[in-house]
Amino acid sequence: MKEINELYLPDDVKYTDDHEWARQDGESVTVGISDYATDQMGDIVYVELPEVGRTFKQDEEFGTVESVKAVSELYMPVSGEIVSINSALEDAPELVNNDPYQQGWMIKLTPSDVSEMDSLKDKNAYLEMLKG
Amino acid sequence: MRYLPHTDEDIAEMLEIVGAASLDALFKDVPDNCRRLDMDLPEAFSEWALDRYMDDLAARTAVAPEYQVFMGAGRYHHYIPAAASYLISRSEFATSYTPYQPEISQGTLQAIYEYQTLAARLMGVEVSTASHYDGATALAEALLMAIRITRKTRVAISQAIHPLFRRVVQTYFDPTDYEIIELPYLESGRTDMSILQDMEDVAAVAIQSPNFFGCIEDPDIADKIHSKGALFITAFTEALAYGLLKSPGSQGADIVCGEGQSLGIPISFGGPGLGMLGSKSKFVRNLPGRLVGRTKDMDGQDGFVLTLATREQHIRREKATSNICTNNSLCALAAVIYMASLGGTGFRHLAQLNHDKAQYLKNALQSAGFKLPFEAPCFNEFVVEFPAGFEATYQRLLAKKVVAGLPLAQYYPELPHHYLLCATETISKADMDMLVREVQS
Repeated sequence: MKEINELYLPDDVKYTDDHEWARQDGESVTVGISDYATDQMGDIVYVELPEVGRTFKQDEEFGTVESVKAVSELYMPVSGEIVSINSALEDAPELVNNDPYQQGWMIKLTPSDVSEMDSLKDKNAYLEMLKG
Repeated sequence: MRYLPHTDEDIAEMLEIVGAASLDALFKDVPDNCRRLDMDLPEAFSEWALDRYMDDLAARTAVAPEYQVFMGAGRYHHYIPAAASYLISRSEFATSYTPYQPEISQGTLQAIYEYQTLAARLMGVEVSTASHYDGATALAEALLMAIRITRKTRVAISQAIHPLFRRVVQTYFDPTDYEIIELPYLESGRTDMSILQDMEDVAAVAIQSPNFFGCIEDPDIADKIHSKGALFITAFTEALAYGLLKSPGSQGADIVCGEGQSLGIPISFGGPGLGMLGSKSKFVRNLPGRLVGRTKDMDGQDGFVLTLATREQHIRREKATSNICTNNSLCALAAVIYMASLGGTGFRHLAQLNHDKAQYLKNALQSAGFKLPFEAPCFNEFVVEFPAGFEATYQRLLAKKVVAGLPLAQYYPELPHHYLLCATETISKADMDMLVREVQS
């Protein structure tokens, strides 16, 4: 497993306490899981994503991610409607391990309240949390 | 010598820590009538007296071959090949517990894998679990699975599903907010699907085929169910039927579940059974229990692994797909040995034999003037309506060690004097002719 200083934590995304990341891009927000999360889980073998069109509240469970050793829930960083899901993960779940912030994205959503983005952690705050 | 693990001092110390004045005070939440410590037990028996006592108890049960049993209703008298009984009693199998360090138990895993393969073929599904407690719990799990998949909270269940299966489902559903709607049966003995028309938000429609009355359900209902956005579940109590009938999966069932006792497992006073459960492979992550998969090890050799175990209770705890399921490994082994021993052709012949015998008995009873209330075709079971007062004949036959079917009124009060009869390969033509003679006299 990686040391904390080996983790790749870009600063163009916000982080949740549950290790999802959220990137605002105009009207939509893209969501995935952080390098720390993928490192903890090990080889990811399956990502279960919601149907497009469903809406969830902030912190609500929207899917699961399964590795060879565990299954974890995925939680909404902000409330909103799912507008697209990364169907490439169906056949290539390893994208989440290899490229968590780009090709390994999971959902795109239209936030119902953009100000919820402010409740998330920036890179430094997230890093502080990981350091404990 | 009684085994008392705690001394009085231990008990006093523990009571002090939890802050209870006495043992009675500790258990005060348990209702009085559940705390019967004054049990009036008889004196201890000698071994030979106990042996005799147990024999007397056993003699009160009507079982074949001492009795001629024309009853199925969920448990079927089939001949068990000696190979099956012998092989499952080998200590490698008989003493092994469900593998929690699975990969070291390659033999057990292979046996389960072979079971899954044949079970999936029999049910006509893409994937079968390693097995469950019995058919009733498998049905409950199938319904819960459909609720997880569709995210809807009501299920429709045919009244022609085994009444005890339905009772188990009720037990599973009682503490939940899920709703069960019962579909009535038609005059033909088949399930009435018409009320589905006005039903919305149904997670699953479950039928049994052949159903509890022995009737084979309408083979063309899958589209009707799917058009309501519901999953189609087919349950069964007589696995042998699929030697002759089309498999439920091939008829469009999404989830198939039932009892595998017919496959080389003795009736044994109702258990243990074999819960069979399988589905389309797209639902594999919602299948409860365990699955064995085949893979290659690091040297490129074939090997077996427990797969998808990450969704099981020892890892997922309260989020597991099920917290009340196990793998009835030894029964599954009996079933796979049974199926492999018979082979596809033998299995089909045996199923044909069961059907033909039941048909013979059914025709003979009809010719003798008894009424067959349900017209839908059957496999090895069917319902007969005997004249009022038949109860006395039934008792007289019982005294002659003949069980003339199951009286249905206890489960279906609207069906007085209706009896569910069964004829398997173990019943001879002479037995059936005797029964027809006796019920007429």
